[in-house]
Amino acid sequence: MDKYLKLSGLEPLIITPESNFVNIGERTNVTGSRKFLKYIKEDNFKSAVEVARDQVEGGAQILDVNMDEGMIDGVEAMTKFLNLIVSEPDISRIPIMIDSSKWEVVEAGLKLVQGKCVVNSISLKDGEKKFVENATKIRRYGAAVVIMAFDENGQADNYLRRIQICERAYKILTKKVHFPPEDIIFDPNIFPVATGMDEHKTNAIDFFKSANWIRKNLPYSSVSGGVSNVSFSFRGNNKVREAMHSAFLYHGIKNGMNMGIVNPEMLEVYDEIPKDLLLHIEDVLLNRRDDATQRLLEFAEDLSDEKKTTKLKEKSWRNLDLQGRITHSLVKGIDEFIHHDVEEARKTVGKPIEVIEVFLMNGMNIVGDLFGSGKMFLPQVVKSARVMKNAVSYLLPYIESGKESGKQKVAGKILIATVKGDVHDIGKNIVSVVLGCNNFEIIDLGVMVPPEKILKTAKDENVDLIGLSGLITPSLDEMIFIAQELKRQKINIPLLIGGATTSKAHTAVKITPELNTTVVHVNDASRAVTVARSLLNKKTSVVYKQTIRKEYEDFRNKFLQRQVKKELISIKSARKNKIKLNWEEFETTKPKNLGITITKNQNLEELIEYIDWSPFFRTWDLHGRYPEILEDKIVGKQAKELFSDANQLLQKILKNKSLQAKSIFGLFPANSVGDDIEVYSPKDKKKLLGTFYTLRQQLMKRNDKPNLSLSDYIAPKNTGHCDYLGVFCVTTGIGADKLSKYYENNNDDYNSIMVKALADRLAEAYAEYLHKKVRTEYWGYSPEEKFNNDDLIKEKYSGIRPAPGYPACPDHLEKKTIWNILNVEKNIGVSLTESLAMWPASSVSGYYFANPSAKYFGLGKISKDQVEDYASRKKITLENAIKWLKPNLNF
Amino acid sequence: MIEKILNERIMILDGPMGTMIQEHSLDENDFRGKRFVNHKEPLKGNNDLLNITKPDLIKTIHRSYLEAGADIIETNTFNSTSISLADYGMEKYAYDFNHAGAKIAKEAKDEFCNKTKDSEIFVAGSIGPTNRTASLSPDVNDPAHRTVSFDNLVYCYSEQILGLIDGGVDILFVETIFDTLNAKAALFAIDKIKSEKKLDIPVMVSGTITDASGRTLSGQTVEAFVISISHIPLLSIGFNCALGADQLLPYVKRLSKITDTYTSVHPNAGLPNAFGAYDQTATEMSDLIENYLKENIINIVGGCCGTKPEHIRLIAEVARNYKPRKI
Repeated sequence: MDKYLKLSGLEPLIITPESNFVNIGERTNVTGSRKFLKYIKEDNFKSAVEVARDQVEGGAQILDVNMDEGMIDGVEAMTKFLNLIVSEPDISRIPIMIDSSKWEVVEAGLKLVQGKCVVNSISLKDGEKKFVENATKIRRYGAAVVIMAFDENGQADNYLRRIQICERAYKILTKKVHFPPEDIIFDPNIFPVATGMDEHKTNAIDFFKSANWIRKNLPYSSVSGGVSNVSFSFRGNNKVREAMHSAFLYHGIKNGMNMGIVNPEMLEVYDEIPKDLLLHIEDVLLNRRDDATQRLLEFAEDLSDEKKTTKLKEKSWRNLDLQGRITHSLVKGIDEFIHHDVEEARKTVGKPIEVIEVFLMNGMNIVGDLFGSGKMFLPQVVKSARVMKNAVSYLLPYIESGKESGKQKVAGKILIATVKGDVHDIGKNIVSVVLGCNNFEIIDLGVMVPPEKILKTAKDENVDLIGLSGLITPSLDEMIFIAQELKRQKINIPLLIGGATTSKAHTAVKITPELNTTVVHVNDASRAVTVARSLLNKKTSVVYKQTIRKEYEDFRNKFLQRQVKKELISIKSARKNKIKLNWEEFETTKPKNLGITITKNQNLEELIEYIDWSPFFRTWDLHGRYPEILEDKIVGKQAKELFSDANQLLQKILKNKSLQAKSIFGLFPANSVGDDIEVYSPKDKKKLLGTFYTLRQQLMKRNDKPNLSLSDYIAPKNTGHCDYLGVFCVTTGIGADKLSKYYENNNDDYNSIMVKALADRLAEAYAEYLHKKVRTEYWGYSPEEKFNNDDLIKEKYSGIRPAPGYPACPDHLEKKTIWNILNVEKNIGVSLTESLAMWPASSVSGYYFANPSAKYFGLGKISKDQVEDYASRKKITLENAIKWLKPNLNF
Repeated sequence: MIEKILNERIMILDGPMGTMIQEHSLDENDFRGKRFVNHKEPLKGNNDLLNITKPDLIKTIHRSYLEAGADIIETNTFNSTSISLADYGMEKYAYDFNHAGAKIAKEAKDEFCNKTKDSEIFVAGSIGPTNRTASLSPDVNDPAHRTVSFDNLVYCYSEQILGLIDGGVDILFVETIFDTLNAKAALFAIDKIKSEKKLDIPVMVSGTITDASGRTLSGQTVEAFVISISHIPLLSIGFNCALGADQLLPYVKRLSKITDTYTSVHPNAGLPNAFGAYDQTATEMSDLIENYLKENIINIVGGCCGTKPEHIRLIAEVARNYKPRKI
């Protein structure tokens, strides 16, 4: 067998002389990534794992993990992080580089990973004895090793010292330790150039020469290094840094550097470096002139005049060839020239359809590749789709007049729908667009689609995949029903499941067993393409499906095994353990505006400052908190652009008054009776307007914690106190559908989705705004409060506004009572679907509780005794109660 | 010297202990013997305990495989680590079980060699995967959780290995590997003991491909598995258990292309039927094994779950007609 460096995660990585440069992902490194450091410091390992995933998806072939920071317990952080990522098959498929200058951290890491890792690094710094000892252990743990050019006298800073130290280390390793030479990787120190100090002038060229010498004289070994060091003097000037990294790599690779730690975001394509800049950089790297540094510094100063360069850039891409221009428009999402270019293309081809098949598809393939490799983000792809649609619609008349079949070769036909009773479609629309731009034919049946229609269309259209989406909990049951029907009717089409309440657990436990075919939970739009491709690729689908089935089966089995039934207490005992509030000394504030208040024309402008933008970015798969996200290293640029597009559209909406906001709320006398809340007429406290039936936590509580129910926050009837309850509904969705359709009809999916995403945010903002008004004015129990929006998002205010269908009161049925009491549909035009979703979708409804002890809580699991009791109180059948409370049942 | 034999012919590994022990329908008292009459936990099913309480039965099983044509017999010590024996409250006997298991196998070998004047028989000390996995969490909600540490595994494997070596095994056999990290701990212990005792004992390794995904339980492909365990010198790498000979063939083929050690395979007698029993007959199995021989991809062949001396006899017969894989 040949002596190649062979590493492994779940899959092998074999580095042969023919291999391309091996790219080591470096973002999971606390010394190199501020974001990653922050996550680790905050113990936010979930986000830290996502950084790793991004690296792998972005094309890293080895994952460098480093936890060397003064404030972090390296062993603990390394242990937890590695244990987490080895549990993620899509991350741990690549080998891991355990990066630490502390031996105990290295050793802790080596004990956790089944694959063959790389240790980064050891050196002769502490003498030969220690070096041999550590190398022997590394060998025994089965890892390869990076050797730093460092010895007892310090770090090697010239050519001679570099090769002397590397040669000495190589001899010790191969002769004394019997370390396989192919498992040795040298890091001959990349140091900054253009620092102004004479002794740094040869830093780059010494590295190149050393790399060359090592590969020639130390057989089978590899050469690596951390590239971003070289451009340290140009911090703040990314243009120069990106070009310098690329030029450094170009020469490094030519001289035998076969792997390296590189940030792909900070890398220009070598061929695309402007010739004059390249000349100046290479003069420095190769130390070709005495004044090289000075010349580059001067040149770099001019470059940082950004306007100049962007203008130059703008002009220059119009000089590309036709395909280049079309691709550029698609990749950058530029509409301006697309008709012009498509027209030019049309004249060069025999049939207009060829413009789509050749020019546009070539461009979209590049978009697909960039997206797949993490180099484009979701909002950009949706913009690309807009340009594509625009181009296709321009061509359609020509295609039709030529009577050609408009059929393109598609990657597959996918039916996609939001299930019966559910109206939420932002995520679904994004998935359709993304799949659409990856050459899938999409049949989008819209929202509230009955199962019969889904099944019939699937059969009639002979689709390859069915995608189901839903946001509210009853939709989960709809999905199960469709799965059962697919099985009964023997329709063998794989199923994709997505939407906010769906989960891998629900899919694996409740849906997979219903089906003979494959079902995959797709939690974000960016995964949809990969999953759809894997399912439909003739070569890989069989294996992929088996893998998925196995994965879900294992997941289900583990899930079920682990479902230790949480200890629940009887509803009777739970009620005994209710929260004990002192009603004797309780003083309630009588609402100033008792009764119903309706606002039919809320000024949207007033709501803008109440918008919580973070979820808006999440909708577009950009994860992070607003406003920090705008400055984020990776997604910041995209987030800024999206934010600016959103604000432009928002201004347009305000100007044209294309969305209307309405609200209704009522503040009523109320008392609790057991777990019920009775609401009385403001005029006649004996007259019952309606009763809300609340649910009580049944989980066994420790440390005297109470078993909560919302009714606990309202004074019991038998105390004689008159208390109050508020109920409300706000909407900002009137007009949203129409405006969204308008954009859709104009081939602008980007703005079509944007309208709905904004309307959703406005509805939440309106709910926040109205709640504040209620607290300070209409009810007036908290007239003095002064909170900024951030405090509101963090729920610092007194009193709560829980919503039916959410954790404290998961039963959507209670919405009907709100609708009855307020006559919501008649007053502000918001209706309820059969699954009790609100229409228009951008609406929020709920209760107001003023009691200062009131806290948001989650109901958790409840047992049958409470459900029976609830059904009889509510006078509905047990089956009906079970149906609506399903996610909370423990039986 | 075993390398010399492996260059000349295909060597035959024996079949499983468990299947043969089951045949004897032993009850709780049989397992307890005299020594463990008062042991608190139930002991039925603790097969490795029989090294102490029914050594003659174990020796008889070894003999039956030797007579069927096995060149390498495995000790009855698959579960003899303190981690696995803790299930029976017997962790403190781990060394004894291994020592006794090795001694019985060695006696069986010596008696057989004396009788037949055959000198090319080897005892392989069986080192199983334990009942814990070092790189998988048993808790979906806490993927970072582990029920056993690398250090703990190294400690327990060292205890087992010392028992086997002191009892006189000729080979150490790390087999039925579900989780490569467990195997790496075993290899770590072996390498350490070998270097401390200045001992040169051949090491065989055999992984388990759990299903048609072609991966180990811990998710590695054949190639990744081989890379992950090749850092200490190995006599052979192979696959065993979970699948029958026909399902394992493609993976052994891949293995044979990428390793310069000898290769081994000891598949199950097909896949279990609805009652968990194996129906594949000796003739059926040896026919399937012949496909490996025709492809020239193995050096060592035997049987795992469901195979009996008759299977081994027919496999040995057919193997005689083929040349071993060259390395």
